[in-house]
Amino acid sequence: MTTMETSGKGTGPVGDMSSAGPRTASPDFATARRRDQRRKWQEIALFTGPALILFALFVVFPVASAARYSLYKWNGVKAFSQAEFIGFENYARALWGGNDPATQGAFRTAYTEPFWSAMSHNLLIIVASMAIQLPLALIIALVLNRKFPGRSIVRVIIFAPYVISEVIAGVMWFIIFDPNGIATQFMESIGLHAPAGGWFESQQWGIWTVFFIVTWKYLGLAIILFLAGLSGVPQELQEAASIDGASWWQVQRRINIPLIGPTIRIWVFLSLIGSIQLFDMVWVLNRGGTQGQYATIATFMMQFGYFRKDVGFGSAVAVIMFLISLIVAIAYMLTILRRDNDNADLARGN
Amino acid sequence: MAHMRRMAAFAAIAASTALVLAACSDSGNEPTGGTTPTGDSTEPVTLTWWHNGVAGDSGENTLGDYWQKVADDYHADHPNVTIEIEQIQNEDLQRTRIPTALQSGDAPDIFQQWGGGEMAAQAEAGYLMDLSDTLSDTISTLGGAVGPWQADGKTYGLPFQFAVEGIWYRKSLFEQAGITAEPTTFDELNADVQKLKDAGITPIAVGAADKWPAAHWWYNFALQACSQDTIKNLGSFDFTDPCFLQAGDDLQAFLDTSPFQKDFMSTVAQTGATSSAGMVANGNAAMELMGQWNYFVYQGFTDGSDAANQALLDDLGWFPVPGVGGGQGDPTAALGGGDGFSCYVDAPPECADFLAYIVSDDVQRGFAETVGGLPTNPNAADAVADPINQKIAQAASNAAYVQLWLDTDLGPNVGGALNDGIVAIFGGTGTPQGVVDNMTAAAATE
Repeated sequence: MTTMETSGKGTGPVGDMSSAGPRTASPDFATARRRDQRRKWQEIALFTGPALILFALFVVFPVASAARYSLYKWNGVKAFSQAEFIGFENYARALWGGNDPATQGAFRTAYTEPFWSAMSHNLLIIVASMAIQLPLALIIALVLNRKFPGRSIVRVIIFAPYVISEVIAGVMWFIIFDPNGIATQFMESIGLHAPAGGWFESQQWGIWTVFFIVTWKYLGLAIILFLAGLSGVPQELQEAASIDGASWWQVQRRINIPLIGPTIRIWVFLSLIGSIQLFDMVWVLNRGGTQGQYATIATFMMQFGYFRKDVGFGSAVAVIMFLISLIVAIAYMLTILRRDNDNADLARGN
Repeated sequence: MAHMRRMAAFAAIAASTALVLAACSDSGNEPTGGTTPTGDSTEPVTLTWWHNGVAGDSGENTLGDYWQKVADDYHADHPNVTIEIEQIQNEDLQRTRIPTALQSGDAPDIFQQWGGGEMAAQAEAGYLMDLSDTLSDTISTLGGAVGPWQADGKTYGLPFQFAVEGIWYRKSLFEQAGITAEPTTFDELNADVQKLKDAGITPIAVGAADKWPAAHWWYNFALQACSQDTIKNLGSFDFTDPCFLQAGDDLQAFLDTSPFQKDFMSTVAQTGATSSAGMVANGNAAMELMGQWNYFVYQGFTDGSDAANQALLDDLGWFPVPGVGGGQGDPTAALGGGDGFSCYVDAPPECADFLAYIVSDDVQRGFAETVGGLPTNPNAADAVADPINQKIAQAASNAAYVQLWLDTDLGPNVGGALNDGIVAIFGGTGTPQGVVDNMTAAAATE
């Protein structure tokens, strides 16, 4: 910056460029402002244009296309122009089995039940994340926030699972949780036994095995986020509290945790959206199980829309998932995150 | 069936929610239909050819090399025809590349075709060249094997390989359990299962985690319970015949004898030593119901040396699935599947000629000798040298009729519903009625 100021003329590039334009003998103030205004929009277009075009092409267009496909009976083989328009029947089939009494019973068993079962797994993962991952990550972060030898190494180790590729980690855990694998041997060595039918295939425990793996994978992110938040808590506050006789736990409860509230709320937001869209890990772990015992809404969509070539139905499921994510995201933004944003604005003096 | 031959356990599939399904754009051109004869036979023509002969883990690519040789030989005879080959991994080819290429209107001229319901859907959409008239001689030479590559009485592809499935077994383990002869009835099979269990040997391995290996047991029970007419009429999606329930009951009764390994729901078919193929290859299970491809899959579990392969092959036996008896089906009916090629509807007429060349006597003989496959052309049958392959070929010709894998025959939607219903019986959550209901529901969405 210093070199620029000494060598430059002290005026911004916009001023420079506008002064280089054609000059009128007595510059009209309104024209100049209009020109500035136009220049501003040109700059906005120049800088956001490419991103917006890409966004429209790869996000808005596919979402709109999926919404369109979801209204058709289409097997993904024939040209879409030959597909039959069936309105909201694909949605009805997923949500309540449709309105046709002839097929409603069969559809409920074949589509509606697996759909809601997949939904319930997403919900379970959301709830379990809040109830288990959040406190766990918080405690680990608070402990790691102290200075002790080897702290950096511990941090790296804890963050490592998050960095490993989803597929590699999935294959690794699939081998570990093989009925004859290490996990079973470990359980037997401590006098317990593995779930009947296998870790993943057990109707009762399959989803918890997956939740364990997901926790292992994403706990590191939560811990790193919380540690970053904790590093922003002023040291004086903690010292002052200690001088006043507050115990370590009191310092955490009264000072550290409340002050990293915005970080925690952001993590909850990321976790919510991630749980709704959970796909990769579950897919790698044998596609949600042979009977969908740990299928999520995204693997359900893939199974039916892509592998069964029920593309219209799969698109409807995709749109449902999109809408849930959207509603949750907006509601969370407007209620819980709004306070943080307002506070941030206040802090900036706006 | 395509996914059966896959050797890699997990394909890395990157997918985001809405993008996945929307990626299949409908903006492509529709095929114009019909071919325009070029008239001049020496006009230069380029044929693009997509097949699934890719290099394996060892880097060897016997099939891919053989197809290259076939293309080169054809080019030498027909200098005006240049063939451009693209080798694509099986699942990518079947699930992504071909469907997308057909949608886009820019499809390869000649491409892998697995037959059955999926092919029928492609034919119905007007993507495939009707070969019935142009290749009528070749079709009659190949005979019944062409059946799965026909829809509505027209031929849309030709198989270069077709084989029936059967039960692979380890001779040494049979010996150890005191079994002296291969079972010829289902009762004998049940008795052998008991003998193996008494000897402390896992009788049968099944890769139920992959669903289809488990489903094949139901297919065989259905083949026995249902009349040939009912089975041949599967494409009409009428599942009201009680024989389909019978198949489920028979499967349930079989499962009640616990013939499979422990925790079979968690066992995959082909990857790793704990897979069903790995169990048989390593002598940890005596039998497995599988297609002809397992001849190669088992060898993948040896150290790769010729001696180790030979030792394994010497100890491997094969027999056709024994008939249950008592049903409406013929006890000798057999299930099978194969690989073929189709021509795109707008491909130059040379495509059909090249297709006929692929299944001609000499090329098929070379296919059997070099690749170790089972040719569809009966004139090449003498080139099958391996004793197990000879037995498989023999079983096919002894069969009252050969039926394509039921899931392939029904197509991905109803076929997938069938497999899901069956695997639920294996997992203890499904019923014979559930299988029929699941298929009926899927059929109602077509």
